[in-house]
Amino acid sequence: MSDKLLEKRKIKSAKKMRDIMTTYYLDALTAGQNNKQVAWITSGGPVEPLVAMDIIPVYPENHGAMIGASKMGEDLCIKAENMGYSPDLCSYARTDISCSIVKGGPIGGLPKPDMLICCTNICGTVLKWYEIQARFYNIPLFILDTPICHTQYSREIAKYVRTQIDEYIVFLETITHKKFDYEKMAQVGKLAFEGQLLWQKVLNTTAHKPSPMSAFDAFFFLALIVTLRGTQIAIDFYKELIEEMEQRIQDGISIVPNEEHRLLWDNLPVWYRLKWLSGKFSSHNACLVADTYTSAWCSALKYIDENNFLDSIAEAYTRIYLNIGVDQMADQVLDMIKFYNADGLVMHSNRSCKPYSFGQMDIMKIVREKAGIPVLMIEADMVDPRNFSQSQMETRIDAFMEIIKQRSR
Amino acid sequence: MNTQKIINIKEVDIFHDAIKNVSVVASRIKKNQKKIIGTLCSYAPEELIYAAGFHPMRLFSSKSDIVLAQNHLQAYCCSLVRGVLEDSLSGRLDFLDGAVFPHTCDSIQRLSDIWRMNTRYEFFTDVILPAKLNTPSARIYMGDVLARFKKDLETAAGREITNADLKESIRKFNLIRKNLSKIYALQSQTPGIIKGADLHAVVKGSMMMDRDEVADLLPAIAARLEKMGAPKKGGKRIIISGSICDFPGFYTAIEAAGGVVVGDDLCTGQRWFKGEIPEDENPMDAIAARLLDRMICPAKHSALTVRGENIVSLVRQNKADGVVFMLLKFCDPHAFDYPYLKEFLAKEGIKTLLIEVDDQQQSLGQLSTRIETFIHMI
Repeated sequence: MSDKLLEKRKIKSAKKMRDIMTTYYLDALTAGQNNKQVAWITSGGPVEPLVAMDIIPVYPENHGAMIGASKMGEDLCIKAENMGYSPDLCSYARTDISCSIVKGGPIGGLPKPDMLICCTNICGTVLKWYEIQARFYNIPLFILDTPICHTQYSREIAKYVRTQIDEYIVFLETITHKKFDYEKMAQVGKLAFEGQLLWQKVLNTTAHKPSPMSAFDAFFFLALIVTLRGTQIAIDFYKELIEEMEQRIQDGISIVPNEEHRLLWDNLPVWYRLKWLSGKFSSHNACLVADTYTSAWCSALKYIDENNFLDSIAEAYTRIYLNIGVDQMADQVLDMIKFYNADGLVMHSNRSCKPYSFGQMDIMKIVREKAGIPVLMIEADMVDPRNFSQSQMETRIDAFMEIIKQRSR
Repeated sequence: MNTQKIINIKEVDIFHDAIKNVSVVASRIKKNQKKIIGTLCSYAPEELIYAAGFHPMRLFSSKSDIVLAQNHLQAYCCSLVRGVLEDSLSGRLDFLDGAVFPHTCDSIQRLSDIWRMNTRYEFFTDVILPAKLNTPSARIYMGDVLARFKKDLETAAGREITNADLKESIRKFNLIRKNLSKIYALQSQTPGIIKGADLHAVVKGSMMMDRDEVADLLPAIAARLEKMGAPKKGGKRIIISGSICDFPGFYTAIEAAGGVVVGDDLCTGQRWFKGEIPEDENPMDAIAARLLDRMICPAKHSALTVRGENIVSLVRQNKADGVVFMLLKFCDPHAFDYPYLKEFLAKEGIKTLLIEVDDQQQSLGQLSTRIETFIHMI
């Protein structure tokens, strides 16, 4: 392909996004000098009250992704193992824990937190991980305990989580010695809601054939809805991104040059092999059009009442993709297959993420039966490359794509 | 270990027989028209299950080869979870009338879904316990969850669970807990008075067998042990910490190396039976309070160093010489706690050994050498 064509395919907003993220991390790293407090928060945690309190939220999981993408995961994982952490533990947790001590990684470690906010909606791992950091930094830890909704969001769960939202606010007031500003909260809530709507819209653009972007791009553009949810910055950026995507659709510019096959991705990305994987699928004229991971930041939109934000987020944060039963997860996968018109499903069996990966085999079976499309399961890890075998992966992807191609003939 | 000849206690043999063949235990229970509810967690509110007229049975893996379960759970899932699923899918648990899944770790959380979607027992329920135990709202939630579980059981049983039922159940479980504690205390006072493998059988059997029978047998064992003289030499005193320890050979290896287990922080040990329930309080509140305040599992959150403090106090109370962390491979909550616990104990001058096991493995192999070295070192 000529350089000109390649240039045309490039998503222009990527540079802006990089700049925004750089500014965000600079702000976070210099928070202390600007008399701002920093909270570390889990990726599924309610960030909006922090934004309303002018506390800078920092996401160790986003940092873990950066470490993985910059291929610094192995070294930091080994450092954690030397501290006594089992190599079977989550690689985000391992890299973050060792990074706190050795100040490694692409940005020399995260800014020291003043508080920790841990929401259990994504896993039990974060509970242990944040306990470790609370002991290490000797700072207050708030746990938002969101009981899993295996089959339902019960009355007692609703009551428990709603009470904890108030406890969260009291926790923040105590630490900042400031009164919580409910008016500002209402504004932030509206911005968060709008941001999520826009993120959903970004993801929806890939329903178009050929797709203007892929899940690999979504993995990248996701950072804003995670870290800057509840700010105007995220809204402005996603509006521009949507415009760009709509323009690409109009101009017939697809991310994969000759898109013939459309695939859905399940689980976290393999951060250290994004480029290789993207190239690999692309070489088969296949586009990963959507994924269950990035859509998790808008999948609970239906529970949010933008005019009654604090009350409604109890349910929205509890009923996210990972905090529901495997059968409900399968239903969502089936919906996505339909919406994006996917011809196949690629499941990343991720050693680091047990609540995401256990149950995948049942989802695989359901998808094969109900959607009738081929499913590929690949074994890897999101950050630790020692569990990734490129040659084995290549053979399996080639074989899978062969089946997809035969079916489309 | 150079102890005097250990007298055979016939009541202990009953426990050995029971743990050898769970289906025999099950068929005896079924003869009394009792329905059997399986569970994998020490946080299962057994008092409620018993009060409903059901039999709570702790499930252990039969350690059979994983054939069917590998179509549902990847190889990096812990052997206990895979093993029990295998037993269920291959029909070895057909005696079960149902199962209850208290919320604990990520693996059991997903096992609950997979179980619900792939097995066909009459009864199934989740008891979605709080993950944190140390706040007022978590305490209220715990009560609410137990009330819901009680309703679920009442529906299944087709009758109301009365306060009298609950009080009777609490008395029964207190009796079991009291006697197990007594047996542990006797072992700690006069180490070697009961073989580790026997103690393992008694505790494991107590989680599986008919509780009325257990409540009858345990006092007899405690009484027999009380009458026995102290063994000549106890050996190095060891505390074990971990999730489950379903390896009688582990105790034997410690004894062969000149040690003796004088206490534990195990899900199949003191974490399960320590802490009696006040009999004169509102029974539902009292059951909830015990679950909140008992020796904590690392999948639950309370004060940040509570587990370290628990183990140190176990060491001090039992004058232990060392702690062996016996962790199941792929058990995240325990693996996350290990580095801090090791350091916490080191600060207190307590020596530790880490061994990682797979519940499916049949022999401890070279672990015996490491145990031996550790015991000689402390």
